Amino acid sequence: MNEDLKILSQQIRRDILRMVHSANSGHPGGSLGCVEFFVILYKKVLKNDSKKDLNDIFILSNGHISPVYYSILARTGHFKLNELNTFRKINSRLQGHPTNHDGLPGINISSGSLGQGLSVGIGVALSKKINQDNSTVFVLTGDGELQEGQNWEAFMFASAKKVDNIIVTVDFNGQQIDGSTKDVLDLGNLKLKLEAFGWKVFEIYNGNSLDEIYNVMIEAKDSLGKGSPILILMKTIMGNGVDFMMNTHKWHGVAPNDHELEIALNQNPETLGDY
Amino acid sequence: MNRFNNQGDKDTRSGFGEGLTELGRKNKDVVALCADLTGSLKMDTFSKENPDRFFQTGIAEANMIGLAAGLAIGGKIPFTGTFANFSTGRVYDQIRQSVAYSNKNVKICASHAGITLGEDGATHQILEDIGLMKMLPGMTVINTCDFNQTKLATIAISEFDGPVYLRFGRPKVANFTDIEKDFVIGRGELLKEGNDVTIVATGHLVWESLIAASELERNNIKCEIINIHTIKPLDEEVILNSVSKTGCIVSAEEHNIYGGLGESVSRLLSTKLPTPQELVGTKDTFGESGKPSELMIKYGLNKDSIIVACKEVLKRKK
Repeated sequence: MNEDLKILSQQIRRDILRMVHSANSGHPGGSLGCVEFFVILYKKVLKNDSKKDLNDIFILSNGHISPVYYSILARTGHFKLNELNTFRKINSRLQGHPTNHDGLPGINISSGSLGQGLSVGIGVALSKKINQDNSTVFVLTGDGELQEGQNWEAFMFASAKKVDNIIVTVDFNGQQIDGSTKDVLDLGNLKLKLEAFGWKVFEIYNGNSLDEIYNVMIEAKDSLGKGSPILILMKTIMGNGVDFMMNTHKWHGVAPNDHELEIALNQNPETLGDY
Repeated sequence: MNRFNNQGDKDTRSGFGEGLTELGRKNKDVVALCADLTGSLKMDTFSKENPDRFFQTGIAEANMIGLAAGLAIGGKIPFTGTFANFSTGRVYDQIRQSVAYSNKNVKICASHAGITLGEDGATHQILEDIGLMKMLPGMTVINTCDFNQTKLATIAISEFDGPVYLRFGRPKVANFTDIEKDFVIGRGELLKEGNDVTIVATGHLVWESLIAASELERNNIKCEIINIHTIKPLDEEVILNSVSKTGCIVSAEEHNIYGGLGESVSRLLSTKLPTPQELVGTKDTFGESGKPSELMIKYGLNKDSIIVACKEVLKRKK
């Protein structure tokens, strides 16, 4: 993958760390783990061309990773970079969990209460079918939130109704607030479960590799329109890019202090210019 | 006798079904979803005529609400259909986050509301749904009184941009409103003028109020009757104008007195024009199995309860 996207990824890590530090709250772990996914999605995959009436749509279900979402939206021109300063502060459009309620460009729906985004994404996909619009719906969910039953209603629906214009990615970092997903409520063999539910399942073994995410995304897109909904199990490392935040659930929802921020930023030297 | 004649008993849910059928023919953006109660909701004709715009979700209401929010993102006008209980309490968080907070143009259409669902009993009767829905910021809450009005309301909400909760019932009841009349969201309808006591009623209790008023008239008590089909936003003006004349008010609804129309009226009057009020509704209780007519008597949701309430409130009138 080209150097620009690596540099952008590093800058987004800086944005996440600085936003969460400044608000003294937020969710750095999952945000850092999904940086490469968002970079590939927004820079290489999502297609929007008003002339061709092509309008791919992205729905974020695990809304708590809002820092990475806000950073990529700002850095792809949806709103001004300095608005990142307002994250989680009063009178901001950048709420703790993302919402379209205050008119923030790029956000289609509110999320935060878990397990709802998949149904919403499938609903958008149905509207595209009615409109005979060939664009694609992308959804990102967490792995822990698959414990919510609504997801399984939605998994059942999408395959039964042959909703084949959607690509759902699961951020499979194996961690949730109370510990590892294995300890809290083991998800079991998700690939087999989802295949049994009639989904075509792809896997990304290193969800922090720009190249691998891109390659699997392209492969998944080739499977669109063939009667099955598509899901990608993306193994990521929570807290990726900051050594003391990696591979632990402890940084799921905790902000770094001044000293920790300095160490974390030193591991991700400034690149494009901080907001 | 009042000037409202029963054109023949009909269920309000069939008014919804007819309205939806008409919408299916004239507005291609209207889509409908149902969670395995297509017959009960009278959505069969829409589903047959518009197979590409009808989504059978199975017994999965949470997913249905999410799908509807997504369809709204795609520019559609989704109408969801299931019983009132499963339309509200069961999916409160889905409505709250994906519809109300996200301001999605979803029409949540709820049949079998209240105790007149009858024999299925308390698990299926809901007497709390108006309260649940009116508390959601930005949610419009409508409870129609008969077949004609439900049909008109179904069509009217398709032309309104924003989330709506439309509540109607199961049994056949008097059909007495004018089908030629405009349905205006948020506007109370003055059905009968009178100087002694105001009755604000919603849903099935509007007809009961008209009967109560006829009987009270024989005792020389003249009731003013207002049909509040839209509980939120409440037509404050029509209520304030009426009580400034009558000086006392009775609210009547097939709903718990906690959280329903009566409380909305109390809130209005206590802040704008303190007025003696009696509340006809269920008294913080669940329902039970029985015939609708039996249940309405036992739970105090009929003309007799309204008459008693009017006489009570008149005693406190200054």
